Amino acid sequence: MHDVAGHAAHAAHEPTSFIAKHVFSLDHKVIGKQYYGMALIAAYVGMFLSWLMRIHLGWTNAAIPGLETLSKTGAPGGVMTPEYYLQIMTMHATIMVFFVLTTAPFAAFGNYFLPIQVGAEDMPFPHFNMMSFWVTFAGFLVLMSSFFVGDGPTLGGWTQYAPLSAVGAVAGPGQGTGVVLWATAIGLFCIGQLLGSLNFITTTLDMRTKGMSMWRLPYTVWAWFITSIMGLTAFAVLMPACILLVLDHLAGTSFFVPSNLVFNGQLQPHSGGSTLLWQHLFWFFGHPEVYIAIVPGMGIVSHILTTSMRKPLLSHRVMVYSLGALAVLSYMVYGHHMFVSGMNPVSSVVFSFPTLVITIPSTIIVLILLGSLYGAKLRINSASLFALGFISMFITGGISGFFLAQPSIDIMLHATYFVVGHFHLVMGVAAMFGIFAGTYFWFPKMYGRMMNETLGKAHFILSFIGAYCIFMPFHYLGLAGNVRRYQAFTDDYLQPLIPLHRFITVAAILTGLAQLIFLYNLIYSRFWGKPAPANPWEATTLEWSTPSSPPPFNNFGGTFPEVHHDPHQYSVEGASADYIMQTSPEKVNGPDEA
Amino acid sequence: MATTVHEPPKPAIGEEPRVRLNDSGNGGGNLTPANGNLRTVHRHSPPPSSTGIWVVLASITMTFLAFTSALVVREGGAKDWQHLTLPPILYFNTLLLLASSVALEIGRRQVRAFMTAKALVGKPGIVKAGAENPARWLYAALFLGIFFVAGQFTAWLQLRAQGLYLATNPNSSFFYVLTVMHALHVFGGLGGLARVIHKFNRSTLRKSTLDATSHYWHFMDGLWVYLLWLLWAKL
Ligand code: HEM
Ligand SMILES: [Cu+2]
Repeated sequence: MHDVAGHAAHAAHEPTSFIAKHVFSLDHKVIGKQYYGMALIAAYVGMFLSWLMRIHLGWTNAAIPGLETLSKTGAPGGVMTPEYYLQIMTMHATIMVFFVLTTAPFAAFGNYFLPIQVGAEDMPFPHFNMMSFWVTFAGFLVLMSSFFVGDGPTLGGWTQYAPLSAVGAVAGPGQGTGVVLWATAIGLFCIGQLLGSLNFITTTLDMRTKGMSMWRLPYTVWAWFITSIMGLTAFAVLMPACILLVLDHLAGTSFFVPSNLVFNGQLQPHSGGSTLLWQHLFWFFGHPEVYIAIVPGMGIVSHILTTSMRKPLLSHRVMVYSLGALAVLSYMVYGHHMFVSGMNPVSSVVFSFPTLVITIPSTIIVLILLGSLYGAKLRINSASLFALGFISMFITGGISGFFLAQPSIDIMLHATYFVVGHFHLVMGVAAMFGIFAGTYFWFPKMYGRMMNETLGKAHFILSFIGAYCIFMPFHYLGLAGNVRRYQAFTDDYLQPLIPLHRFITVAAILTGLAQLIFLYNLIYSRFWGKPAPANPWEATTLEWSTPSSPPPFNNFGGTFPEVHHDPHQYSVEGASADYIMQTSPEKVNGPDEA
Repeated sequence: MATTVHEPPKPAIGEEPRVRLNDSGNGGGNLTPANGNLRTVHRHSPPPSSTGIWVVLASITMTFLAFTSALVVREGGAKDWQHLTLPPILYFNTLLLLASSVALEIGRRQVRAFMTAKALVGKPGIVKAGAENPARWLYAALFLGIFFVAGQFTAWLQLRAQGLYLATNPNSSFFYVLTVMHALHVFGGLGGLARVIHKFNRSTLRKSTLDATSHYWHFMDGLWVYLLWLLWAKL
């Protein structure tokens, strides 16, 4: 059954030295935790940066004590300069999109649980897997280093539009070294994720245990599998774009800088480059990227909700097909980010149509989740609450997507806070809630201890209310004409909006503080949490069939589980309990219904 | 030379065992049907490296497609494109790389024959190993590959001597970017070949490793011919 390569992964003995066990580990579980740890640090750094921005937006000339130690020129006397605001904003977005939303739900949980859920001992290419983390981590360090090098990080935004990003230091602080470091970091990140995707795809296709057919894979595995296919193509396009960008800086080429460009009174020594080229390459990656950030969350949420509802979703197959459709369509819509870029208006129509079409699978996914919830006796716990929160955020943020998908409306709303509200809800907060849900759900498996439920629920309520308080007003700001990526609104028609900005700032700080509850809960439960039973949620999938929590080095103690059932068999008629584990040999009447 | 192939016995192509539907208890990893809809199943999962190599090639394809579209946009969009005459040594390099592929293919076939023959020695009717040690073909492929990279290096030097640098004009930019990116990937392939030879000589060489490496190598070949055309053609 299993081929040799399958076994070879862990044919090596369990390492004993600290370095081999915890640092340069080949074990997918350790790599998963390393990814999680990195994402956790990145999330708090990103959040801290957002506080700085929010304080500046509410009280533009306020001095933030200590800020000048971070950058003397960027914040003289603790007051942020307009440029430094943009630099912080860019770093916030880059850290969040790449090093949190991509790494935590996909790379962290996927590494830890995908092999276990398919019944494998490890990924087939553990060395690549180890490299995947360390290359990504190197990318993170390179990115962070830009805070301390030269005139600070780049200010070009996470999209790094050319020519601003390509002309070098004349374009402003951070546009020289800062951009080079940014592009290097993202290039490394791409390589790391490509290596990861390679492992995810081959694990799913080739490492499944006996009886684990594709249709018996849980939603999570499907989601990670589909995400890695998107990652494989998207990151493979962003990486060359970053290489070309670096060359424009270091080698004096002109890929993205047009002729006769004057910056700060200086004629640029470039000729003939194409600024739109960058946008095409970037968004060809960028739109799939937003689905890379959200699809794992959809898988995690479906997984947790079926477990909490004690019944399968309305349709397993339609769910999986919809996730697949999202992936396919996500390549055909990227031009909707470029409606106002000056590209041919015909292309706008061409991109608008699939953008409206892609709302169909999104809607189906939401409807399946909601329809399944209807009439279910949901077990309320921190994990299921965050899963519900995910759905709520996704719907709220998705609805504004319908508006933005029409070029005629987008012309008004593009580059306003409306877009900021849209993507923070649909991508930022939703994906975050997916991460939280996954953490509360899988913590007992990863550490053998339960997290504190009371703190978890408090964390949920505060985050849920907080997120809406922060991001709903953004839509209003956008409709009122508040432009995105501006650092102050002091002397124009936006003046009356300042109180609203202050409200948002206060909400953001309080919501951020609520995240410390989570951090405390994580650390406390890791050491002093109540010991977890083998299957605390009475779930069915293979991660709950390992001999211990956390699972031993080779996951199943040297044997391979045998799968007899579909992944989400709850409330099956005639079964002895209200759930049937995938490994249970129990025979039930009627076919498995996947 | 302790060379064996560890591979689960595989049914020949075309005669995969047709396992009946509700037979899900005995199957290997793949495609065991969960209900009555699937008609046939493969008994064994393919070894991950056989799948993995296609995954790798797909992402390399995407990378070079991205470069291609950049080139097309750049060439069509501005008037500063100065078409450069390719250094003739490139055509010679192409021959080297093609020859390397051929050598590898011969080597691959011989390795298979060599191994089956070895495995069968002692079985009724087979007295001694039939094939000769094919390692020299693998070496030939490796060295031709190294010569190719050296040849590319010469081409860069020649262009430099003509005053054509990376930033001289968009065509020379793309020339260096594409050839260097390709050469980097070829380095990866050379590493793979060296590993195959090492495994063949020292320990065990899996058929899937050999196949994956040769797929990669042939792909580098095809990719180079494509890049050569792309740089040569006036689009
Ligand atoms: C429900 C279907 C969706 C539609 C129709 C839609 C439509 C759009 C459109 C047209 C824009 C461009 C707005 C502009 O820049 O003027 C946009 C921006 C954005 N969307 Fe969506 N979207 C949808 C779902 C999503 C999802 C699921 C995510 C993330 C998981 C997402 C994340 C983003 C992000 C990050 C941006 C802003 C990019 C930037 O300029 O920085 N969207 N969306
Ligand atoms: Cu988009």
